[in-house]
Amino acid sequence: MSTDTTTEPAQVPAGPGDQSRRSGLPSWAVQGLVSLSAILLALLVGAVLIIIGDDQVKAALGYFGAAPMDTFSAAFSAVGNAYKALAVGALGGVTPITESLTAATPLICGGLAVSLAFRTGLFNIGAQGQLIVGAILAAWVGFAWHLPPGIHLIAAILAGLVGGAIWGGVVGLLKARTGAHEVIVTIMLNYVAIYLLQWLLTTTTFKRPGREDPISPIVDANAQYPQFGSTRLHVGFFLALAAAAFVWWLLNRSTIGFELRAVGANADASRTAGMSVGRAYFIAMLVAGALAGLAGSQQVLGTDLPLTDGVAASVGFDSITVALLGRGTPLGTVLAGLLFGALNAGGLQMQLQTQTPLTLTTVLQAVIVLFVAAPALVRSVFRFLPKERGVGAVLAKGWNG
Amino acid sequence: MKKYVRGLAIVGVLTLAVAACGSKPTDDTAGGGANKDFKACMVSDSGGFDDKSFNQTSYEGFQAAVKAKGLTEQKVESKSDNDYPTNMTAMINAKCKVIIAVGFKLEDATDKAAAANPEVKFAIVDSAPPKPIANVKPLGFNTAQSSFQAGYLAAAMSKSGKVGTFGGIKIPPVTIFMDGFAEGVRYYNKQKSKNVQVLGWDDAKQAGLFTGSFEDKAKGQNTGQNLITQGADIIFPVAGPSGLGGLQAAKASAGKVNAIWVDTDGCVSAAEYCSVLISSVKKGMDVAVQDAVTSVVDNKFDNKQFIGTLENGGTALAPFHEFDSKVPAELKTELDQIKADIIGGKIVLESKAQPKAS
Repeated sequence: MSTDTTTEPAQVPAGPGDQSRRSGLPSWAVQGLVSLSAILLALLVGAVLIIIGDDQVKAALGYFGAAPMDTFSAAFSAVGNAYKALAVGALGGVTPITESLTAATPLICGGLAVSLAFRTGLFNIGAQGQLIVGAILAAWVGFAWHLPPGIHLIAAILAGLVGGAIWGGVVGLLKARTGAHEVIVTIMLNYVAIYLLQWLLTTTTFKRPGREDPISPIVDANAQYPQFGSTRLHVGFFLALAAAAFVWWLLNRSTIGFELRAVGANADASRTAGMSVGRAYFIAMLVAGALAGLAGSQQVLGTDLPLTDGVAASVGFDSITVALLGRGTPLGTVLAGLLFGALNAGGLQMQLQTQTPLTLTTVLQAVIVLFVAAPALVRSVFRFLPKERGVGAVLAKGWNG
Repeated sequence: MKKYVRGLAIVGVLTLAVAACGSKPTDDTAGGGANKDFKACMVSDSGGFDDKSFNQTSYEGFQAAVKAKGLTEQKVESKSDNDYPTNMTAMINAKCKVIIAVGFKLEDATDKAAAANPEVKFAIVDSAPPKPIANVKPLGFNTAQSSFQAGYLAAAMSKSGKVGTFGGIKIPPVTIFMDGFAEGVRYYNKQKSKNVQVLGWDDAKQAGLFTGSFEDKAKGQNTGQNLITQGADIIFPVAGPSGLGGLQAAKASAGKVNAIWVDTDGCVSAAEYCSVLISSVKKGMDVAVQDAVTSVVDNKFDNKQFIGTLENGGTALAPFHEFDSKVPAELKTELDQIKADIIGGKIVLESKAQPKAS
């Protein structure tokens, strides 16, 4: 955690349309190469884990002296089968691809919530809590209200946005007014949100009629995101893309966005220049919260999930890694979200076909981010990678506002 | 680069040295597999199959059925609540003949899959759907009955006159244990005109002590310690792996505090704590799951709700193990009498968390 608050070096470009392609490769290409290398390295680490965990390899190792090639062929087939299942499960056909996109949807929105805060110099660990509150409100409007088609969905989505915005806005307000550290506040609000959800699920308002278990009714059909054919892909995915476009516009084309980035680059300089740092913090957290709330709405309105204490899964926390991998840019976040969505969807297939534990995909995701956050490490393995200027700028700063 | 080569060589030589003594086994694919093309499948909830309690016990029963009948098994673990519909679909696509879903959270996914695939049989652990579907068998457990015995046992064994309990999350499959426990203590007080107190759960108010998680062992230890500080000398943690922390707290008391475990026989599943375990309240998910799978293979499947009771052995008080000599013979007789009275209907439990017969 660097507390380096000097100017953002080499200005991380947002989107492909940047101006830094003078010397050698454009920096987005270098970043892309580093990310790809990180993914490759992570797959190698994963391969080692698969080999260690594989029963057939273990069995073959038992008589390694007698038939050493058995061990290697078992190892190769274990890794090959697992990664093949992963790839097929993520990309092999219409259903796998739509499953990947479905899994990516809330990750993109959550990732944007973290990215936007990053760019303003805030570390938003609270996407989980904002997502939960968004999901609570969206689900409640979805099952307790009964409105005509179209209007009901819009009302439920708006409820989700408002819920997330409140939960995020409180953080921004506290930071702006009292200087309370957003990391502490967001972590604590995550707890408040999950316990609020657990408590609500014991009340008659949220409990499913005839059930004692903490499970809510399913939202009305009118309030669900329309799905495409028999797949689970729903309109929420395009809302996520629209949200990414909005964040890009906000950061790069709007006056407010300029202030946000300025505050993120150097809060003191921005204050001296006459900008309201507090206002920037508040707006950033408000919008970030709303984005996380959108992800929450996708959890309850998208894939006909009822509201349970596990409704947020670990989406809010995975969003942080998505944002890190995406380097805090909207486009990067979308791509990272798609990658993680594919890993999630493929991971289920991998487990099903080769009994490789699901936790492997979690390890893959973690290792990818680890390598992305340590580009020097990646470069020490892949010597051909060009030096990147300002790499990790977003990653190294912003943690301490 | 040289360094790496040298390292690899050393590792290689070591591996050879260690492994050289083994010999390649001959192919032994023969044997077993009477029903190899019958595929039995299981979907876990987000706890995973290694949770040392709920999913694991169900999986053990599942494996027993697979082994006994020579079936092909396929299992899939859910990482989060998001995975249930996907995993259920994957199991349908894998052409499973029977699918066991572990946990009430999978109910929506199970019902949906069952309605769309009437030829596939389903069983769901810990669930009592309001409207039974022809191919879904709910498996419920009235653990209040055996917890009642546990409460009586705890009250009789307590020296401080205070016993304590805490739960993981306040949901009926958890509070049912605590209800039964509290009722058992109350029954003891009535029978013996004593005043043993229950800390951590008020079954009339349905309020008490919860760790808020089934995973957080440290929280379980704090909560257990909290009860011990308040004077409890027997604790009853109903919190899965988090409850193991409670056992840790009991063990740290060096003999002053003992505990009663839940779900499985603690002396088997958590053997390191056997020295402080008076007994355990067993929830026979393994037996129920095994029966459900077997019934499908034998073409005897029905959608009648199964409720594990003291009568059918679906729930029971585990052996006393190391406490066998410390539990008075008279108390053992009383516990047997309670069991008979509950089965005979002489003792009626009040817990609202009990699964209702359909």
